Amino acid sequence: MNIINLLTQGVLLGGYYALVACGLSLMFGVMRIINLAHGDFAVLGAFLAWTVSDSADISPFLALVAVLPIMAVFGWLVQRGMLERSLRAGMLVPLLSTFGLAIVIENLLFEAYGADTRSLAPMIGDLSFGSWAITDQFNIGYLAALIFALAVLLLGGLSLFLKHTPLGRAIRATAEDADTAELVGINSRAVYGIAAGISVATVALAGTLLAMRATFDPYSGPMQLIFAFESVVIGGIGSLWGTLLGGIILGMAQSIGAQFDPRWFLLTGHLVFLAILAARLLAGQVGARGGLRTSLGIDA
Amino acid sequence: MSLLTLDRLDVRHGLLKAVREVSCDIADGEILALVGANGAGKSTLLRAIAGAHLPAAGRIVFDGVDVTTMRAHNRVALGIALVPEGRRLFTTMTVEENLAVACASGRPGRWSIDTVMTLFPMLRARRKARAGNLSGGERQAVAIGRALVTNPRLILLDEVSLGLAPLVVEGLYRSLHSLFEGGATLVLVEQDLNRVLGVASRVVCMLEGRIVLDGRAGELTRDQIIEAYFGLRRGSGRDDKVQGQP
Repeated sequence: MNIINLLTQGVLLGGYYALVACGLSLMFGVMRIINLAHGDFAVLGAFLAWTVSDSADISPFLALVAVLPIMAVFGWLVQRGMLERSLRAGMLVPLLSTFGLAIVIENLLFEAYGADTRSLAPMIGDLSFGSWAITDQFNIGYLAALIFALAVLLLGGLSLFLKHTPLGRAIRATAEDADTAELVGINSRAVYGIAAGISVATVALAGTLLAMRATFDPYSGPMQLIFAFESVVIGGIGSLWGTLLGGIILGMAQSIGAQFDPRWFLLTGHLVFLAILAARLLAGQVGARGGLRTSLGIDA
Repeated sequence: MSLLTLDRLDVRHGLLKAVREVSCDIADGEILALVGANGAGKSTLLRAIAGAHLPAAGRIVFDGVDVTTMRAHNRVALGIALVPEGRRLFTTMTVEENLAVACASGRPGRWSIDTVMTLFPMLRARRKARAGNLSGGERQAVAIGRALVTNPRLILLDEVSLGLAPLVVEGLYRSLHSLFEGGATLVLVEQDLNRVLGVASRVVCMLEGRIVLDGRAGELTRDQIIEAYFGLRRGSGRDDKVQGQP
């Protein structure tokens, strides 16, 4: 029973990783931008949710109604104001500019909120610690289950959106060939802006959920970026369902590692990531067209 | 009246001047064959008209609107459609999705996914197939269909027959016949002279980025076109370049 519990906790944790990673995957899939500020966007979303629910005295879930649109607009502005310009200067410049943006966000948050570690857990009542006891050794936490369900809903919804709506088709067409998309009447810059908006809104959701299940401070972003990055690479770059699988593999590896020694939690995750990356490189899959362009979960 | 006016258009690829001071008027309903050797600047000229490549100098006026710096997707909304060289389909999307994505952003008109399927019946059975899995002829049909569903007033066809078997090309041209008869305004780029002379009302020949011959299809002899094509005729405003040739 213990092993089932362990694997279940790993899978549920993987749901959270998939939630953080899906925006990173989308942004890379559509714009070929590796957004190094992705983790800091999550933390920014968490602080925003904290501020809204603290000052208006409402549940953080209700705060999301305000936070997600604000973050979507923020993502759109970052794309149109900064990334679009840096994309014209080649591959490296967007990478550097998102790195710079990450530092700016961290320090602005530090300036505004100080170094205190916070959590949204006290604001959501027994959702943060309650659980279903299946047996003595097998518990499923309410929040962990909720996060996993949200991850599946979000990835599934995004997948359906990309596959079956006119805007989704325009995003896929632009992701594959932006110049040709322009020639059939698609405003590729607007599509990029929308994709960035979706990406940043999803990661703000993930950040708010992180703040509910754990603690956060202005410098929590880079760790979330690493988890997101590892999930995306394990699952196959640009594939949404692959991202969920990648998150689950990472979450399980960490849970199993922690079973032997709590200090191994992070290390096992990194080792599994490196092992899978090495295996991929040896098999020649990374950089292959299919791997990079398995366009946004259509193949998944 | 003229639908498209090019006024001393210069288009560059970096330092290379691919199109040099091209001026040309295309009238409504005209079928213009743009011929010339490889590297003469035909594709670049089409891409500049469609907005995929911004010109370095000169003006492009479409139906009275100066579109010189307008972005490509806005030109589609005005009624300019390019069938690009090499098809450039969205290979991970199905045939139907390729057409639908263009449908969503074009103008209203008689062309829809359904009428395109009627024009190219072979696409009907393949509508759910990935564009990447199609044969060359099918791909070209989708590429043409994708331009048609935007209901353009000016269609720019770049090397429809490139890389296709003669029989397949024959079939495509037969399908296109209703287009040629129907009063559409077309610019056709082809390597195959015989093919385009059969359908065009006007022939423009480019050499090293310039227009060296421009006339009604019926009034030009084959020899005149071939001379212009290979630059055999001297004194047509490009003699400065001849010395550089091997």
